Amino acid sequence: MTMNSARKAMIVAAFAGLSLGQSVSAIASGEAVALKEHDWTFAGPMGTYDRAAQQRGFQVYKEVCSACHGLKYIAFRNLTEIGLTEDEVKAIAAEYTVAGDVDEYGDPTERPGRTEDYLPSPFPNANAARFSNNGALPPDLSLITKARVGGPNYLYSLLTGYVDQPDDFDLGEGLTYNAYFPGHQIAMAMPLFEDAVEYADGTPATVEQLAEDVTVFLNWAAEPELEARHELGLRVMLFMLALTILVYFSNKKVWADIKKKKDDA
Amino acid sequence: MSESKFQPKSKIVQWIEYRLPIFSLMHAAVGPGYPTPKNLNYWWNFGSLAGLVLVVQIITGIVLAMHYTPTADLAFASVEHIMRDVNYGWLLRYVHANGGSMFFIVVYIHIFRGLYYGSYKAPRELLWMLGVVILLLMMATAFMGYVLPWGQMSFWGATVITSMFGAIPFIGDAILAFLWGDFAVGNATLNRFFSLHYLLPFVIVGVVILHMWALHQHGSNNPLGIDTKGPQDKVPFHPYYTAKDAFGVTVFIMFFAAMVFYEPNLLGHPDNYIPADRLSTPGHIVPEWYYLPFYAILRAITFDISIPGTNIVIITAKLAGVILMLGSILVLFLLPWLDFSKVRSATFRPLYKQIYWLLVIDVIVLGYVGAQKPEGILPTVGLIATAYYFIHFLVLMPIISKVEKPKPLPESISNPVIKAAE
Repeated sequence: MTMNSARKAMIVAAFAGLSLGQSVSAIASGEAVALKEHDWTFAGPMGTYDRAAQQRGFQVYKEVCSACHGLKYIAFRNLTEIGLTEDEVKAIAAEYTVAGDVDEYGDPTERPGRTEDYLPSPFPNANAARFSNNGALPPDLSLITKARVGGPNYLYSLLTGYVDQPDDFDLGEGLTYNAYFPGHQIAMAMPLFEDAVEYADGTPATVEQLAEDVTVFLNWAAEPELEARHELGLRVMLFMLALTILVYFSNKKVWADIKKKKDDA
Repeated sequence: MSESKFQPKSKIVQWIEYRLPIFSLMHAAVGPGYPTPKNLNYWWNFGSLAGLVLVVQIITGIVLAMHYTPTADLAFASVEHIMRDVNYGWLLRYVHANGGSMFFIVVYIHIFRGLYYGSYKAPRELLWMLGVVILLLMMATAFMGYVLPWGQMSFWGATVITSMFGAIPFIGDAILAFLWGDFAVGNATLNRFFSLHYLLPFVIVGVVILHMWALHQHGSNNPLGIDTKGPQDKVPFHPYYTAKDAFGVTVFIMFFAAMVFYEPNLLGHPDNYIPADRLSTPGHIVPEWYYLPFYAILRAITFDISIPGTNIVIITAKLAGVILMLGSILVLFLLPWLDFSKVRSATFRPLYKQIYWLLVIDVIVLGYVGAQKPEGILPTVGLIATAYYFIHFLVLMPIISKVEKPKPLPESISNPVIKAAE
């Protein structure tokens, strides 16, 4: 085998190792179902979030999902990142009642939410959540797109995947058929219906639109650094490309006399 | 090219050098005073890359430790605090998490380079063995680091891997309780893993210094695998290999950065973004990609081994797997004495070159099997690939090194004319 083909084979081996990691994630949570491939604005190296979609998605979360699902790693102050103003965020926070400090008698108090507070979860603990949900535990949604194989495509597929069950499918009590949920039996009843919320910007609230918007919002909740990451990534890659070219030619120059002698020999 | 003596012009450097000869040490270690074979190819870049990643891991790790909380109740949330609230915390964490994978990519290439060019042979046996020690330390460090975010795969990976020690006869359970600090993986385990995850990288630095010390005793091996015959075969490390290594570093950083900025979770498991829950086992527990070949070896034996004709089990399937997995790394220590060929480089060893590539394929197959659920034909494939792994080192390598007729070697590095055949 020539040196060149040896080199190629080693590179192939290295990349085979890499793709293994990928196949591991893909099988981590049961059988793979082909997900709906949605064209997300935040996908790809230059991707950013659509502010209007994020805000509509927050409305969907607030008016629908938050009845059962928490978002505990998101503080009200973070909502300025999706384009809401300070005053709007203050007003949203004030709609919530949160636990305050103990008073002078040592008794617990309550007060209106402030921007530094985190979004209150709907249930005080897991047992309360299970009790209200037929034994099932609605997961916190802060990291949901990172915690599921397929990420945003999975979430979008799931939310739009409430279809009629096949005739021969034996559905458990209190469960609903979903085309994309592993095992197809999900404890969450179909959450999104046409016009479930009324969008302020007049966007028609179809199930697909609601699912898309809330997925954009929840992907931001899971990856709030995404835009900063993509922006810094571009700068780093351009800088490193320029540096690599310079270092390449420096190296060539350093070795020029050795290579020349070799050719003369 | 002649070796350069260290003759500093600066009075300050002379003053310091007279009292602490640190500049001459650097001069002889990575400067013009270190003669290096002039024919090293790009596969020789991966040693310096491994050193770079080690430094990156230590620096990012120290800063992450300033913000991380090693208790079972708060670990997961403190990682999210790093990702969301710490300035450039997401960058630190993604560099550190991907840095672990980068370290293994670089080190595996470095090891396979050594295997191809016979870098483990005399007089570099100890250099090679120190490298295997570094690999073992890396594996322990990376394993404990993966536990720290306290996600589902952290918790269950820790449970599966530490349970291996339970297979040791008689004292297995006692060892487990000692490792866990409890009767299951829990807060005490997380605390000690954090402590050791902070300690072991500095032990790695210590062994790396020994590794480099041993390297400098006889210098680098080279693609021809023949000894340098004189100054005409060598160039000073600086500027020649500092320049070449710098080019490797910039290319590598681009690859590393592309992962960090564009696919930071590609090599991770989605399950690890779910907080650890001892009541809910993930459907399929798999280790990080760099352990997969070893994981396949661990699971290769699916049957207890009994005394023939009786039902008396001498080695349970679990213990056999543990022994094989440890053996798969320990066998590397014996390599210098399993290969009798005086010729180092596979370039001149037609038979060894073929089994070398078969080994590469075998390890990739093992990695694939390690990633899958043990269903269908895969356990059989894993068993055969495991058997071949050991056959390669314990049977084929010694035999081939005895029967193979190597190609004629060049006269010297600077005079690559082939010696006349006998």
